[in-house]
Amino acid sequence: MAGKPKLYYFDGRGKMESIRWLLAAAGVEFEEEFLETREQYEKLLQGGSLLFQQVPMVEIDGMKMVQTRAILSYIAAKYNLYGKDLKERALIDMYVGGTDDLMRFILMFPFLSAEDKEKQCAVIVEKATSRYFPAYEKVLKDHGQDFLVGNSFSWADVHLLEAILMVEEKKSDVLADFPQLQAFKARISSIPAIKKFLEPGSQRKPVPDDKYVETVRRVLRMYYDIKAN
Amino acid sequence: MSGKPKLYYFNGRGRMESIRWLLAAAGVEFEECFLETKDDLIKLQKDGSLLFQQVPMVEIDGMKMVQSRAISNYIAMKYNLYGKDLKERALIDMYVEAVRDLNELLMTHAFQPADKKEQHFANIVDKATNRYFPVADKKEQHFATVLKDHGQEFLVGNQFSRADVQLLETLLMAEECKPDILANFPHLQSFKARISNIPTIKKFLQPGSQRKPPLHEKDVPKLMKIFH
Repeated sequence: MAGKPKLYYFDGRGKMESIRWLLAAAGVEFEEEFLETREQYEKLLQGGSLLFQQVPMVEIDGMKMVQTRAILSYIAAKYNLYGKDLKERALIDMYVGGTDDLMRFILMFPFLSAEDKEKQCAVIVEKATSRYFPAYEKVLKDHGQDFLVGNSFSWADVHLLEAILMVEEKKSDVLADFPQLQAFKARISSIPAIKKFLEPGSQRKPVPDDKYVETVRRVLRMYYDIKAN
Repeated sequence: MSGKPKLYYFNGRGRMESIRWLLAAAGVEFEECFLETKDDLIKLQKDGSLLFQQVPMVEIDGMKMVQSRAISNYIAMKYNLYGKDLKERALIDMYVEAVRDLNELLMTHAFQPADKKEQHFANIVDKATNRYFPVADKKEQHFATVLKDHGQEFLVGNQFSRADVQLLETLLMAEECKPDILANFPHLQSFKARISNIPTIKKFLQPGSQRKPPLHEKDVPKLMKIFH
């Protein structure tokens, strides 16, 4: 038994990607089991491994954890990426809530029809540049520190970097009006553990493609259309 | 300045209700500022009170907190409703997140267009009875056998926590949708009775408390005007 956390998910980003980022940021090695077939999924279900019949699931410290947010909070707390006190935690939770909301627009993107994809792209960019990025830009400008919370590297920084990179994949110059975020992006990307994760060959997953969508639909039997919001 | 937390939201459940439940469970008095019109929301947005231009917002301990999860986490930690260690927190989080998923379904029910309502409702009932309730019920059963005639049996760590509060909240909401939804879950029925009897909860369940009623269809247009 390796003792390393083990991730159960599809071979793609989805809801597991934020967990991969956080483990990587914490310098924690992890293993992955990729769901490719319906049978694998049913085996997990029948074995009682999935508390609410859903993935992500992460085996960590003797637990079979489910619910993305629960898993992330546990990892953040365990590896000291959750601030030093209650108030810093509160700030981190707020910031992560925002980036989570932003990334949720992107999460469903691969499952939309071509027409909806175009509309959704515009929505993502609009929300990023008018609601979320301005908030983080102001936070960084107001305190002038390197990190979002408590002058210390935290989950909030990891999550924001992940979100920035994902939005940039939709519009490469999306940070044009956000100098603080540009500097933030450069700074956080050069933290050794993050830099390593950003290199080819890491466990970071690429932009979801048709094969990923097909796998998810097949394994979950999710053949209905997802509507953009 | 009263020092009491102050809640900014419309006069209804939505995403603020879980926070009201948690404060009530902790025995914390709070004030509320209700948004009645779009202008009320715009005013809050303009004065920089809303980090992401959204409510819920709660003024608490000198902070203007947004993001319902962040607010709930803070309250739960502050008032010792979050377990005694990291592993208990992990369990509580798993339950709370799952219950939240069910809550979201229940919450959005009133907003479904008429032609989608029935399917949406069927989806809620299906998820509740097949996915979420059996788990809670099994855990309940476990505690029921482990702690025989104890007066207090809770979801995590043999201690009252936010998981108990949020499960009760959701059970009651689900029953509003379908009164006999707990028919096959005897342990959840006794859980419901037990947690409802906790003095702070009992008080919150009484008429005249700050608990909000279910959303009525006629209120939806007004809400749409404020938020859209």
